[in-house]
Amino acid sequence: MALVLTEEQTMLRDSARGLIGDKAPVAHLRKLRDERDATGFSRDLWKSFAEMGLAGLLVPEEFGGSGLGCVEAGVVMEEIGRNLTPSPLLSTAILAASALVRGGSDAQKKNYLPKIADGSLIAALAVDEGAKHRPSRITLSATRAGNGFKLKGDKALVVDGHVADLLIVAARSSGQPGDVDGLTLFLVDPKAKGVAIERTVMVDAHNAARIGFDDVEVNADQVLGEVDRGGALLEAVLNVGRAAVAAEMLGVADEAFGRTVSYLKERKQFGRLIGEFQALQHRAAHLYTEIEILRAAVLKALQAVDADAAQARLAVAVAKAKAGTVTTLAVQEGVQMHGGMGMTDQFDIGLFMKRGRVLQELFGDSAYHTEALAEWKKY
Amino acid sequence: MTDLDTFRAETRAWLEANCPAEMRTPMQGDEDNFWGGRNAKFASEAQKVWFERMRDKGWTVPDWPTQYGGGGLDGAQHKVLREEMAAIGARPPLSSFGIWMLGPALLKYGNEQQKAEHLPKIARGEIRWCQGYSEPNAGSDLASLQTRAVPDGDDFIINGSKIWTSYANYADWIFCLVRTDPAAKKHDGISFILFDMTSPGVTTKPILLISGKSPFCETFFDNVRVPQSHVVGTINRGWDVAKYLLQHERAMISGMGGRDGGRPLGQVAADSLGTDAQGRLDDPILRGQIATFDVDEAALACAAERAVDLAKAGQLHPAFSSAMKYYGTELNKRRHEILMSAGGIDALEWESVRSHDGARARAWLRTKANSIEGGTSEVMLGIVAKRILDLPGA
Ligand SMILES: Cc1cc2nc3c(=O)[nH]c(=O)nc-3n(C[C@H](O)[C@H](O)[C@H](O)COP(=O)(O)OP(=O)(O)OC[C@H]3O[C@@H](n4cnc5c(N)ncnc54)[C@H](O)[C@@H]3O)c2cc1C
Repeated sequence: MALVLTEEQTMLRDSARGLIGDKAPVAHLRKLRDERDATGFSRDLWKSFAEMGLAGLLVPEEFGGSGLGCVEAGVVMEEIGRNLTPSPLLSTAILAASALVRGGSDAQKKNYLPKIADGSLIAALAVDEGAKHRPSRITLSATRAGNGFKLKGDKALVVDGHVADLLIVAARSSGQPGDVDGLTLFLVDPKAKGVAIERTVMVDAHNAARIGFDDVEVNADQVLGEVDRGGALLEAVLNVGRAAVAAEMLGVADEAFGRTVSYLKERKQFGRLIGEFQALQHRAAHLYTEIEILRAAVLKALQAVDADAAQARLAVAVAKAKAGTVTTLAVQEGVQMHGGMGMTDQFDIGLFMKRGRVLQELFGDSAYHTEALAEWKKY
Repeated sequence: MTDLDTFRAETRAWLEANCPAEMRTPMQGDEDNFWGGRNAKFASEAQKVWFERMRDKGWTVPDWPTQYGGGGLDGAQHKVLREEMAAIGARPPLSSFGIWMLGPALLKYGNEQQKAEHLPKIARGEIRWCQGYSEPNAGSDLASLQTRAVPDGDDFIINGSKIWTSYANYADWIFCLVRTDPAAKKHDGISFILFDMTSPGVTTKPILLISGKSPFCETFFDNVRVPQSHVVGTINRGWDVAKYLLQHERAMISGMGGRDGGRPLGQVAADSLGTDAQGRLDDPILRGQIATFDVDEAALACAAERAVDLAKAGQLHPAFSSAMKYYGTELNKRRHEILMSAGGIDALEWESVRSHDGARARAWLRTKANSIEGGTSEVMLGIVAKRILDLPGA
């Protein structure tokens, strides 16, 4: 497969760029932040996304979706990254949809996928528990009770967990933390008894929640996939998420870079445009090169996930690890080259830095994925 | 099966039958390259057999037209051939500045007579070329070169000197930049000309490098007479040819790293460092450096693949090869620093059979030139800043 976008993918990108740039530019995030909006994103905007087929991007056509792939999801995520747009695209359209498509029973698919596609259901994936992403160390326990289970434990950084109509919870049903086997995924009603949801106000003003589960009862119908064999399903879903997040990071990096280059062309010091200084030119050119390399790595990962390639995990590790270092560099250089202006809240560049930091942590930072690569190569 | 699948199957079978086992091992040093030329010497029988078989299929230059000695493969077939050669670790049958640099420039700018004269000899490894660009006072600022070519009847009389001319002492012909209009602005008075190194008045003097080898020379021209018909492209418009050739040189240099030997760095390191109880490389910091390197290298490989696809789609920025040259060469230097760390004291041996005559140390030193030759990293960054990012200033 050629490592360039097809004509259809380019058209999708352009229409997403139009919609998102128009209706949800960075000012949109600012407004939600400053008004301390309880939802944290615009339901109207999400409706427009659904009308454009974006909410059902990964949902098969038989369930009312667009039946597209990860490359398309990545293309839209990049535009979201460019505009720092809060929306349930990642949580619902990408993570929950691919979990249900990959692991759901017929009944579960019929029940949830059409509602995801039409934008009426928000769903959230609850994985991480500690400060760092370590899915194999999940401790939230699922103990058998009657013909079902009881869930006990806590989740952190559940994207859109505060407004979700459905939670997909990764729990340990057997084995020890560190074991790959012994994980099970559950579909949980956030209003169920024992679920405690706390909206967390994050550094990037995006939406996440800490969620506690205190002996929450779930029945056998609520198991997504197989009992004790959820690890592989979770990894597959996480890889979709990681590739999508890497695409969002590419958008963050590229936009921060674009704004920085523009600033280099307008800001004057010492009677010259600062972009004439070679020290800055070379840093900009280095960053350009890094971003172009990241762009290729992200596209490769998205294609590999779509193709279900044996190397997909490796391609995703490369993309997410690279996204971490490149985006970090892009936002840091962005703030630095904006000088004092870069430190002001009024200027957008700082918002890119904050978002970049969150996305770096989400589903594994550079170190995590570099380690995954070392493991893969058996170093 | 598609045509391409058939081609792949046939190619695989042909390579399997025709590539000698010795030609599927990593190259240890420059002797393992076959450079062709009038005084060509083969290092081994296997090298000769491999070269001749590939030459006869036109696969020294698989994507050149068959009328010029090429294989006539299209882009997709060429990619298949590269992949199949890589899969068995096949060495390139012929290393040549003619293939990497002059050939593409001739294909674009040469007249029919020049193409018919020179391209088949390049393809068949009969003539070895060198590159006469740099001068003592014109390195990064290449366009300030001073070597003069003065018309005399149908000829030019060339005087001046070049430096850093790789393998000038082995080359048969030179592609050379000369000043044909000293009054014009510096980029506008340069011509691109070809001549035989045995022409009266050409002399060379080798320069010893830090790697202990002397792959390049000072080159002197003293009233060298060259027909004006040897100019490629238009007289005084040689800068266009020079720049186009440099794009190919840069692309070639950026791709040099990494794929030597084919063994992952972690395995090479495990040989000297050993592993811990869990089978992990017994140096966690080096292990991390290697994995980080691998991430960058894999990402760069994606970018190289994408550049080919973008070029095919007509979307590649012409200056992109500068970005790739910059990144690829810096990365290759990093690779060799890691190899030196992994090798420790053993990698420092300079003269011994065990160390293949200091192969690792010499290779490490050689890579330091990657970010200098073909334009330095600083110059590459300057090109990206100005031509791609459109930043202001000179
Ligand atoms: C192994 C090797 C093989 C070579 N083979 C050939 C060959 O076959 N034929 C040939 O013609 N040439 C060849 N060269 C020459 C090569 O192209 C030049 O060495 C190169 O272009 C740099 O020029 P220079 O050596 O004069 O360095 P200089 O131009 O003197 O540069 C010195 C330093 O100043 C920096 N610098 C210069 N200008 C700028 C600027 N504008 N901004 C910022 N920094 C700057 C450079 O980056 C470098 O760090 C070869 C070189 C090497 C090392």
